Amino acid sequence: MKLLPGPLRRRREAETDGKPDGRPVDGDLRKGHEQDAREREKAGDRQRRREAALEVPIAVAGWVDERTGAGPFMRGMLYRKVPPSNWYYTLGSATLFAFLSQAITGVFLAMYYRPSATQAYESVQHITNDVFLGQLVRGMHKWGATVMVILIFMHMGRTFFFGAYKYPRELNWIIGVVLLVLTLAMGLTGYLLPFDQRSFWATVVAVNLNSSGPIIGPYLADFLRGGAEFGATTISRFYAIHMLLIPGLIAALIGAHLYLVVKLGVTAPPWMKAEKARELAKEEI
Amino acid sequence: MAAGGIATGAIALPALGFALGPLFERTEPRAFQDVGPEADFNPQTYVAKVITIDTEVGEAGKTTVYVRKRDPSRDSDKLHQPYVAISNRCMHLGCPVRYVQASERFICPCHGGVYQFDGKVSGGPPVRPLDRFETRVRSGRVQVGPRFSLDSHLHRFKVRDPSNHLDGLWQYLYPSRPTT
Repeated sequence: MKLLPGPLRRRREAETDGKPDGRPVDGDLRKGHEQDAREREKAGDRQRRREAALEVPIAVAGWVDERTGAGPFMRGMLYRKVPPSNWYYTLGSATLFAFLSQAITGVFLAMYYRPSATQAYESVQHITNDVFLGQLVRGMHKWGATVMVILIFMHMGRTFFFGAYKYPRELNWIIGVVLLVLTLAMGLTGYLLPFDQRSFWATVVAVNLNSSGPIIGPYLADFLRGGAEFGATTISRFYAIHMLLIPGLIAALIGAHLYLVVKLGVTAPPWMKAEKARELAKEEI
Repeated sequence: MAAGGIATGAIALPALGFALGPLFERTEPRAFQDVGPEADFNPQTYVAKVITIDTEVGEAGKTTVYVRKRDPSRDSDKLHQPYVAISNRCMHLGCPVRYVQASERFICPCHGGVYQFDGKVSGGPPVRPLDRFETRVRSGRVQVGPRFSLDSHLHRFKVRDPSNHLDGLWQYLYPSRPTT
């Protein structure tokens, strides 16, 4: 508790009963009472520690709040008015959860994966067959990718059918579309990494699809391959894009997306009556 | 402002050069590779051989090449190659085609591209004939060299990606790599 500055420490009852912390008080007592006094002192110590422990979270929060001024912001975010919620509104959080799951399982897969054309396949087989829970973590990452894409589209559909993309939320829709494209790019770059026949030829096809665009297409394909032929640079390039470039962009854009959600508020579902909305508005004023 | 611009450029330019550098490197194989003695090949059918187009990536760097002897009575191209060495890379999106002797066609498993005996498109989505490799004969052995692309009249072009058209004005919309 000494770490906490004085003003943030709540005054304790124990401090006012004439027994300062930890100081021995048996100096002026007769020998027969020493045992009794020590017992009482111990019980008092326990009591003080319990109270101190209960105070730690509040004190820590206060310590952080005093240095960041996050309190009003957090109150504004956590206690803001939202329309009566239903399950459709959870799709965005579900997508965020899918992204976090992908990020976490991806970090652990990266501990075993080797992004080289000669070792990638073996390392993935090693993860699947030998590593403890490797099959589970790889499965979570593989199927989680599909789940994330499905959730994004459901979230997008919810936004569309509820009309939640309209003024003033157009920018958030645009950020959402960029996030969708980035997620699909994650799917494309991640598909190569197991480096089996399926992922190899699927990526050949995908790169040649990029090449089919006039003028810049061939250069785009060269950029993706890192040269004219599908070679050693291709897989390390896809790996770097998959686990460094795009996740960083996605995380940053999710931040902007959530900021706008909080800033602009949540759209009421279309079946909510206008009077109800007016009531809510009045309540807020 | 200027300092910020210089600092940004100092980071962005090397990074960009690093990412885009391979565009300007020659990564196409140049050397000729032995695919067997002349006796292995005939003008009637293709023989599948394996060559290496990238030495650093193991099995993934190998590709199949279909080789036959050029038949002057059947081949009207003016490519001046003693042997016809056809790449198995489909010109739709790059899947591996397979030669089927019964129909004398190259058939792609991915999206149904079909090519004639000489590699010209006979059906499906491919945009130009199958690529070929240069060939030569040294001490009685057939060697396969750099890849080149063809338009639908079997005129030779610098190597292009699959899906890149080459006929007429299309050839200018799909430029070749700066180094080939």
